[in-house]
Amino acid sequence: MATVASTAPVERRRFGFDVSRPVLAAFAVILFALIAMPLSWLIYYAFTTKAGAFTLDNFHRLVSDAAYIDPLLTTFALATLSAIICCVVAAPMGWLVARTDMPLRRTVRLLVTASFVTPPFLGAIAWELLAAPNSGLLNQLYRELTGAPQGAHLMNIYSFSGLVFVISCYTFPYVFVLVANALDRTPGDLEDASAILGGKTWDTARRITIPLALPAVLAGALVAFLQAMTLFGSPAILAMPAGFHTMTTKIWSLFQFPPQPELAAAASLPLLLLTIILLRAEHMVLGRRGYSVVGAKNSEPRIVLLGVWRWVMLGLAMFVLMFPVFLPYFALLNASFSRVASHLVWFNNFTLQNVHFVFYELSATQLALRNTFILGVLAATAGTVLAMVIAYVYVRQAVKGYRVLGFLATAPVAIPGIVLGVGLFFTYTRPPFVLYGTLWILLIAFVTLNMPAAYQQLQSAFKAVHPELEDASRILGASRLRALWQITAPLLRTSVIATWCFIFVGVIRELSAAVMLFTSETKVLSVLIYDLNESGDLAAIAVLGLLMLILTFGIVALANTLKFGGARRLSAIPS
Amino acid sequence: MNRSRISRRDVLVGSSALVTGAAFSTRVMSAAPPASPVTPALIDAAKKEGKVVWYTSIDLKLSEQIGKAFEAKHPGITCKVERTGAERLLQRIGQEYTANVHAVDVVNSSDASHLVYWKDQGLLEPYVPEDVAKFYPAEHKDADGTYASFRVFLCIIAYNTNLVKKEEAPKSFADLLDPKWKGKIVKAHPGYSGTIMTATYQTARDIGWDYYEKLAQQNILQVQSAADPPKKIALGERAIQADGVEYLILQEKESGQPVEPVYATEGSPLIIGPNGLFKAAPNPNAARLFQSFSFSPECQQLCIDIGGLRSVHPQTKEHAGRTPLSQIKLMKDDAAAVLKNGEQIKARYVKIFRV
Repeated sequence: MATVASTAPVERRRFGFDVSRPVLAAFAVILFALIAMPLSWLIYYAFTTKAGAFTLDNFHRLVSDAAYIDPLLTTFALATLSAIICCVVAAPMGWLVARTDMPLRRTVRLLVTASFVTPPFLGAIAWELLAAPNSGLLNQLYRELTGAPQGAHLMNIYSFSGLVFVISCYTFPYVFVLVANALDRTPGDLEDASAILGGKTWDTARRITIPLALPAVLAGALVAFLQAMTLFGSPAILAMPAGFHTMTTKIWSLFQFPPQPELAAAASLPLLLLTIILLRAEHMVLGRRGYSVVGAKNSEPRIVLLGVWRWVMLGLAMFVLMFPVFLPYFALLNASFSRVASHLVWFNNFTLQNVHFVFYELSATQLALRNTFILGVLAATAGTVLAMVIAYVYVRQAVKGYRVLGFLATAPVAIPGIVLGVGLFFTYTRPPFVLYGTLWILLIAFVTLNMPAAYQQLQSAFKAVHPELEDASRILGASRLRALWQITAPLLRTSVIATWCFIFVGVIRELSAAVMLFTSETKVLSVLIYDLNESGDLAAIAVLGLLMLILTFGIVALANTLKFGGARRLSAIPS
Repeated sequence: MNRSRISRRDVLVGSSALVTGAAFSTRVMSAAPPASPVTPALIDAAKKEGKVVWYTSIDLKLSEQIGKAFEAKHPGITCKVERTGAERLLQRIGQEYTANVHAVDVVNSSDASHLVYWKDQGLLEPYVPEDVAKFYPAEHKDADGTYASFRVFLCIIAYNTNLVKKEEAPKSFADLLDPKWKGKIVKAHPGYSGTIMTATYQTARDIGWDYYEKLAQQNILQVQSAADPPKKIALGERAIQADGVEYLILQEKESGQPVEPVYATEGSPLIIGPNGLFKAAPNPNAARLFQSFSFSPECQQLCIDIGGLRSVHPQTKEHAGRTPLSQIKLMKDDAAAVLKNGEQIKARYVKIFRV
């Protein structure tokens, strides 16, 4: 069957004209334009003077000025600490849901998903409401309970440690998902063997399970490091009030009037390089993971019985989830309906004024909602189609140079949002392509940023569909595109829907590129919230934030419903 | 970013050369156009356009209320308010115009030097509403008729009365440097806010940069908008604002929040926020109608009563219970000097406060 799969298309191409080649070529060009153009401009700007002559002066200024070195060091410390915290918290949690009999494991997974889709900047604002040193709800509670004097506080969110904490809250799901998935897939044979040979539960865990999960933990640490390093919203909201910059906020501030694009470009390149290096490292770590699945694939993972500890562990897991989910959501809900954001809602200060303001007085609400929705739908659709075609070409090796396509689709992983924003700004504010001020530039940004994840998801889905059905269709005379459309696409329905929703959610929560590219007419929800935060309109933010969460969870729920419906249908097809 | 984009300083050099070199010719040629009354024809034309886009740096709630008042006066025309800090507006309009995006009809900036800058670039349309021609003092309107002082207010110190006793409250900028206020002060940023930009210029000129060097040692909470410190002290997040808009403090005090304004003994920075009309306005008639409305006694009184702003329209009345402007020691505003020194002020501020 495999030989037929590889020879039949070649035979066909010699005779009739196959429309798929120009189509595929077009996709390659699109992909190349999406990624190569902004990066080329970025590099060009970084290495030239205002007059266009080659220079290293921009870099010289960066390394010789403490105003740039400090943010770099801060960012490094921030990312390292966040990565460590994420691993310490998320790895045990991943093990708990994958390998123990802890109750409510599904619920815990769902709640981690909730913190995964919560926009980090929204979490940061919610934590302002909770842990601003004086007006924060938690600090008020602390003073109430301990009788501590005015000005005393339990935690100060406007600080380096506060920022590390908030970033960790919304980064730990990356580690959790990697670890839990790895443990889900790891067969239980080795653990069984250890048990048979007399190993006690904890010995087995220490000598077998943990080493098996270690690559996933390391990969998770790298991803967490990357996330923390490239975030813009949280540091802008928490670090700047405290009087320090991270690299992303520094790059952004270089765009404030008077703009210094050359320096911004130069400051972007270290972020880009560091990301590429870390991704190589991750690849090497994960590439070695092969040994973890040696052995029979069908054996069930071994479940550790925790006994009474299972409730303690559940308590611990819920305690951890308080920080990214329960407390911030409560703070947003409270601020939405309270006259004063720092007061607990009670009968005497309950108000619908904030909701009324957002929906009936704030003239930007409708526009931002509409733009977000349009961009979500367009980016999700375009991104899914693009990723699908590229994944197909890659998996079926349909054209020469398919590897290049695969590489290009994965490359944006290495481009932090703010860096892409800067690059796109350079590319599309000057002829021949003036797209600044239109939704197109944002669409390009969102598609590019979401491409790697979408591509990975669909690529593994394509791998799971055997080419024989497609071949049958083509033998019966269908063109490649027709076979793809009529045979393969329906089989992939589940993954396609999941990818679509994934991109949509990604668009809703994107801030760092959008904040570089929006204009008054192309404002999106995330930018509107960021704008409101700068003028301290917390109540309006709370209402918009809840709206954003409802929208997000609506999409996630929709994806889940369709996914399960699709899965049932799929199982009826023999293959 | 367009390479050929001119920096503010370049423009300044160019424009000052223009002023000195061609002072006579410009003065002769650039008399303001005659006053324009609101005619039924204008209203009809504005209704056909159906909307006006107002870029402003006034606090969000108040700016939306002004927009709603305009909509109520002229049904069928919506007022789209685009609010952000004045310095951001400058950047945004610059970026939009570079990319040929003409979205703004009328602009209001709390950094009066921006209007001078846009006028120098030839972006503003001369248009003199009747009220401006008849009632506004000469120093509050452009000689060429492109803008006039839509709002006047102060940038002040204020404190939370639950956290600070009246007799202990600071009375001057110098008082803020007392070690007892360490970690208790919130202040806004001149890179975002035109109010703070203007105030930073005036205070640095009158009491020296030394004050800021010392204030930076006070462990301040650095927010962006001048509209934020009043909210932060009302929440009780900080006890004192070193700077921030007066009108929100007045609004909050009058609605029962525990805040109290302080008019510093050294003088309070005077902030002028002019309204101007863009030549390339997408809704030119609605823009004119809005400009006329904004200077009417009706709108000006609204700004005073619900907004806490001040007005230079002689037909308006000061609000009872507020300290009249005439009894407050003011620092002198100087838009030309801010235009000249703006970039340096921002750079110096960033150096001192590190963000």
